[in-house]
Amino acid sequence: MRFLFKTDYEDDIKLFPHSGYIYSYGLLLAVLLIAPYVLSSYLMSQLVFVCIYATVGVGLLILTGFTGQASLGHAAFLAIGAYTAAYLQQFNVPFPVYFLAAGLLTGVVGALVGFPALRLQGIYLVIATISFAFIVEEILARWESVTNGNEGMRVKTMQLGTTVSRDGPTFYYLCLAVLVLTIVGTLNLLRSPTGRAFVAIRDSETAARSMGINVALYKVKSFAISAAITGFAGVLFAHKLSFISPEMFTLQLSIEFIIVILIGGTFSLHGAVLGAIFLVMIDPFLTYLKDDMPGVIGGMAATLGAGTERAGHIQDAVAAFASANGLKGAIYGIIIVLFVLFEPLGLYGRWLKIKLFFQLFPLYKRATFKRQKIYVKSERNR
Amino acid sequence: MSYFRAENLSLHFGGLKAVDAVSFAVEKGEILSIIGPNGAGKSSIFNLISRIYPPTSGKIFFEDQDITQEPAYDIAKLGIARTFQNIELFENATVLSNLLVGRHRHSTTRLWQELLFLPSVRAGEKAHRRRVEQVIEFLDLEPYRDKLISGLPYGVRKVIELARALCSEPKLILLDEPSSGLNVEETDDMSFWIRDMKSELGITVLMVEHDMTLVNRVSDRVIALNYGRVLAMGSPSEVQHHPDVVAAYLGA
Amino acid sequence: MLDFVQQLVSGIALGCVYGLIALGFVLVYKATEVVNFAQGDLMMLGGFFAFTFIGMLGLNYWVGFAGAVICMALFGMLAERLVVRPILGYPQFSIIMATIGLGYFLRSVSGMIWGTDDFKIETPFSQGVLRIGSLVLAYDKLSVIAATIILCALLYLFFNRTTLGTAMRASSENMLAAYYMGIPVKRVVSIVWAISAAVATCAGVLLAPITFIHSNVGLVLGLKAFPAAVLGGFGSIPGAVVGGVLIGVIESMAGFYLPQGWKDVAPYIVLLAVLLLKPEGLFGLHVRKKV
Repeated sequence: MRFLFKTDYEDDIKLFPHSGYIYSYGLLLAVLLIAPYVLSSYLMSQLVFVCIYATVGVGLLILTGFTGQASLGHAAFLAIGAYTAAYLQQFNVPFPVYFLAAGLLTGVVGALVGFPALRLQGIYLVIATISFAFIVEEILARWESVTNGNEGMRVKTMQLGTTVSRDGPTFYYLCLAVLVLTIVGTLNLLRSPTGRAFVAIRDSETAARSMGINVALYKVKSFAISAAITGFAGVLFAHKLSFISPEMFTLQLSIEFIIVILIGGTFSLHGAVLGAIFLVMIDPFLTYLKDDMPGVIGGMAATLGAGTERAGHIQDAVAAFASANGLKGAIYGIIIVLFVLFEPLGLYGRWLKIKLFFQLFPLYKRATFKRQKIYVKSERNR
Repeated sequence: MSYFRAENLSLHFGGLKAVDAVSFAVEKGEILSIIGPNGAGKSSIFNLISRIYPPTSGKIFFEDQDITQEPAYDIAKLGIARTFQNIELFENATVLSNLLVGRHRHSTTRLWQELLFLPSVRAGEKAHRRRVEQVIEFLDLEPYRDKLISGLPYGVRKVIELARALCSEPKLILLDEPSSGLNVEETDDMSFWIRDMKSELGITVLMVEHDMTLVNRVSDRVIALNYGRVLAMGSPSEVQHHPDVVAAYLGA
Repeated sequence: MLDFVQQLVSGIALGCVYGLIALGFVLVYKATEVVNFAQGDLMMLGGFFAFTFIGMLGLNYWVGFAGAVICMALFGMLAERLVVRPILGYPQFSIIMATIGLGYFLRSVSGMIWGTDDFKIETPFSQGVLRIGSLVLAYDKLSVIAATIILCALLYLFFNRTTLGTAMRASSENMLAAYYMGIPVKRVVSIVWAISAAVATCAGVLLAPITFIHSNVGLVLGLKAFPAAVLGGFGSIPGAVVGGVLIGVIESMAGFYLPQGWKDVAPYIVLLAVLLLKPEGLFGLHVRKKV
């Protein structure tokens, strides 16, 4: 077990508490940098989505994880970012300009949503953000002069000096850079007064107020930052898909973003990345299930002594099951429930538990991470 | 003119008069205790001062400034810090970050500077930590510096809440039952700290307390309340022997 | 004017369905402070059960109705046992997520079982209409309104007059204290889920003649019932129904008098407006945390 001796205030502030962090994150970055030369184009494409989802996840974590304001409307922020990019593209605005403009506009919208949200708590806030997302969706579908309505908009290939193909390594590096910058910026924020004010608001608004924190202002700030990050991600999302339409930005997508942070863990930025990897990789997994599983199981049945005909039946049954329409939804549902029930701290929590298990071996106690039940009904009158 | 003054302060919830035309003044550098039976309106007075409730009527002055209409977060900026009866700490954060939140009123950095963590932010962070360490030393909190609040015992949390209030470098501190839930030794410590706060840090203390030993030991003056009204005001022994106070406590 | 009344009645009928789903939200919320995002999906499942009994097995309407209600009550208890009870007492957000997951699961699985087509249940009052002068009111809509009134009255009496109702209100106020007072909190919660699933089933069956039953109907209507529950204050049984009726009428009127597109967003715009003015809903109590 490693003990950290802090001999300077700097030790407390710096991003990497000890050299081990630098090595491991350096290694990770190196792997991510050479990934385009190793992985298949399909997996690279998924990796780009991981970056985009993780960026949104970080944005959502700032609001939900650190400021304690739940939102089921982040798809709308993503949409605003995406549509701003697609709209400005028509006037040959260069990428850096519309990228920043999209983030800025989404941030402003986020702040505007934050104002009415100031007086709302818990479930009321969730409903309000859902309502907001519905209204945005409807506006996108109806404001045809700008958004082209339900027809959707084409997103032109990115021009950044040269043409940046949405499948090429440059686009991947761009997404990765946005993600890394977002994470670093957020970490900076979290070790500054603003980040601490967010956490204070999450844990006790009354105490935060009595410590001189302007709760309303910081909630609005949190909404704005979270929305702006999501808006940036929206631009990349639009480029990656090369076509956007209102029905892409539904409640379903907002829920997916919540799943990202829920599965990853809501208490650390690691959660956003891990959750994004998990969520995006469900798709390749399902494809595998559809393509290969029936053969594998049928083959297994055959080797286990089933007749050719029966093995064939089994294979067909598995194929039918794996390609059933609702399978993805059912798997989502089961995953959410299982995580809430058995892994409330998410994947990152599991990682910490494993790490602690080896650090303390053989003295690890399961109770270290036990959740405290609060039966007293306090949330209603916070 | 007094340092801190409440004039005809009232707080009514419908027909219930939680605080009823209470006037009192606190002189700079004194320790004033408010005593009274449960439901006498003691905590309500604190909640009025820290603007959790708006008063039904009356005015509050601090350093000759009318603060009755100030927003709640500005009260701390004026130099009034408080603790809570039922501990309001930031549960899922470390002791250190709780205390650093106490420094919030002294932070001057802007959002974009913090996003880039510019040298000014870094310098600010170091300065905050230096002050926080002084408070940690003052209240003997060294062993708990990097611990999460949610794992700490009640007595320690009580001290941390006091520490958080001190970190904001207040001129006036409001202590809401600082000894409730503490054992005899911890209460002793608390009384030393309260006196040190006055003598070493020059902080004016306004305190709500039930424990008469603690009140007698630290207070310069005492106010007794019942049913939202002032029963008596004066030195600790004067107030304790005031017939109305005796009647209120013994129910005569 | 006639148009207006016609729209009003169909709005109220639709609103009653929202109200019934919202009632389910409110029941569960009142007893456990859990917001059940799967409420609409319970309704959908109830509709499918009823369809299976009546449409596929050819049972009598009322028998099928009762069968569906009983099955769903049991299913509600099962869902509570499996998904909610293990995390009772944990932060609200966790429980919301768990019910969202449950909703996902129910939607997908019923899509797999019953397919993705629309289904219709034949009811004894599907065809008839009530004529008052030149006003034509369909029986199916009137039946929804009548059933809602009856259900509300029953639930109101249940909560305010029976011991079990009092126990439920007690455990909603403070679960631990209720437990110490000898109230079997777990059983109470279980019963609440059963009741709310049963109410949802009623909504599903009554709805079937008006809208068709398909696997996404729960999501669509559940998301309309939410504003209804919030408008009503989320803790009040009459509030839920009034909220539902308001939403239904707003939707119906917006669909008739405003340009296309307003119908779907009007309820949410009204909701946001109300929340801005009264953050605790129309009938909600605003309670402050005591410090």
